[in-house]
Amino acid sequence: MAHESTYQPSNGFAKWMDDRLPLMRVAHDTAINFPTPKNLNYWYTFGGILTFCLAVQIVTGIILAMHYTAHVDLAFASVEKIMRDVNYGWLLRYVHSNGASMFFLAVYLHMFRGLYYGSYKAPREVLWILGVIIYLLMTATAFLGYLLPWGQMSLWGANVITALFGAIPLVGEPLQTWLVGGFAIDNATLNRFFSLHYLFPFMIAGVVFLHIWALHVPGNNNPTGVEVKDKQDTVPFHPYYTMKDAFALTIFAILFAYFVFYDPNVLGHAVNYVEANPLVTPSHIVPEWYLLPFYAILRAITFDIGPISAKLGGVIAMFAAIAILFFLPWLDTSKVKSARYRPLYKQFFWIFVGVCLVLGWLGGQPAEGGYVLAAQIFTAAYFAFFLIVMPVLGLIETPKPVPTSISDAVLAENGRSHSDGSSGGGGAPAGATAAPDRNA
Amino acid sequence: MADANSAVTEAGEEPTRRDFLYVATGAFAAVGGAFAVWPLVDQMNPDASTRALASTEVDISNVAEGQVVTIMWRGKPIFIRHRTPAEIEESKAVTLDELPDPIARNANIDPAADAEDINRAASDSEKWLVLVGVCTHLGCVPLTNQGDFGGWFCPCHGSHYDVAGRIRRGPAPENLPVPPLEFLSDTRIRIG
Repeated sequence: MAHESTYQPSNGFAKWMDDRLPLMRVAHDTAINFPTPKNLNYWYTFGGILTFCLAVQIVTGIILAMHYTAHVDLAFASVEKIMRDVNYGWLLRYVHSNGASMFFLAVYLHMFRGLYYGSYKAPREVLWILGVIIYLLMTATAFLGYLLPWGQMSLWGANVITALFGAIPLVGEPLQTWLVGGFAIDNATLNRFFSLHYLFPFMIAGVVFLHIWALHVPGNNNPTGVEVKDKQDTVPFHPYYTMKDAFALTIFAILFAYFVFYDPNVLGHAVNYVEANPLVTPSHIVPEWYLLPFYAILRAITFDIGPISAKLGGVIAMFAAIAILFFLPWLDTSKVKSARYRPLYKQFFWIFVGVCLVLGWLGGQPAEGGYVLAAQIFTAAYFAFFLIVMPVLGLIETPKPVPTSISDAVLAENGRSHSDGSSGGGGAPAGATAAPDRNA
Repeated sequence: MADANSAVTEAGEEPTRRDFLYVATGAFAAVGGAFAVWPLVDQMNPDASTRALASTEVDISNVAEGQVVTIMWRGKPIFIRHRTPAEIEESKAVTLDELPDPIARNANIDPAADAEDINRAASDSEKWLVLVGVCTHLGCVPLTNQGDFGGWFCPCHGSHYDVAGRIRRGPAPENLPVPPLEFLSDTRIRIG
């Protein structure tokens, strides 16, 4: 860890243990006395909320696996048995299925938070990349899990996505056959999806560990984007942020409970309560809401690009939409981190949020007429944000004055003047190129 | 490493017997490792029971003119269409430049053959059309007798196929493929 350890073993056993395996020391330095910027707002509580979501999914998932049968003849009935016969089975399943949605809601807010405050910039590139890997694993896990109830949308959603691999030149078809274990999605597919759906959350947990490690080396970013300079800028993680996180988690849990208890199927699709039938395609195949923007991008490519067919082009565009996030730290050329001090970027950020929401809406519409054209325009806008806006803005934008320290910013915000008289966002420090020093 | 050894290696000297042994051992281990991994990879491929269902026989005597039946082959739907003379005429009237995919996609003939109606219908009898009923876009099952060209329409992403199963409009890149097909008698066919 990047800060000096303040752990004091409180008794003989703790001392003995600390000399052999300093578990308590690591826990203390990570979760109790970790120096955290004192100006974190509620957008910074989603890390804790996401940890909670992962734990909920793993616990409910392990229990559901005790009652579920991964076989094409029995899977659908076993899910209904969980809903009707298993004690509290309805609750566990609704928590698990809505938990996936809540998980994605939290992760999207977490990602947009990082995008707004420039949390992906040096020295946090690896932290950001690990986050994108977690997000990729989450989408894979959600996709694998969606096949398990063996409903119509389960089967046909999986069919569309595994067919994507068939678009790859030369190896596509053997690869697709290898992935599903047959000439069509069948029992072999269901079994392997179940196995992998059980495995992936533990891989996510592993990458989360690395993500937190990579967070604790440079320490948290914060809404000013100015790095911590001295002790005045920080407070200990406990009790300040344990309490803040706990409060935010409580509010989040109320929303979660609303869906579980009052509207458990509103985020799903009624047709998934019809057992899978390989001879009948539902009239309208749509993924879960959290994958809709990428689905819109997939369907937006309806034209060949040179030797690349429309089908392959759609697949490439969809994966590129996520893969581009890996390059974000280097696409953004601005030296200022936080959108608070970037008047143009702030506007483009909100436009980008709008583009993502519209793409999500388009992903749920039929692929015809004006919807296709709209999806093409918004897909172009999505990529333009990363490939044009991000690099160009850093060169042409004049940022607002950046505070010299977190402490200064906090004092200025509270209307109190500070020793050097720079309160109220006055003239003193900063300037267009006032890149905050990273190490104090 | 080699100081206690008689084969002392100095800069620029020939590779020693020991160097050779290192490389050979490493290469052997790598090949052995690859062989050990192959079963772990290959178990994902279709198993023997799946491969055993590679062909199927169908009685087509009760398929009336104008009717389309759907049967299963290799876990996929197969459309068997008993075409009316009007449908055949309509299909023959289509010229190649109207087709996004001008290739026949018929497993029974030359793979480069063009997608004229004659190359799509069963070679023994042009009234029979047998197709794999999986949209060539992303694998949905197209709906029969729907769409703007009277053949099939894929509800997933809006691909229109004509009465010969050829893609006419929409994102699908290829015509619906004709599977390997054999007439065992006038009323019995084997697929696969």
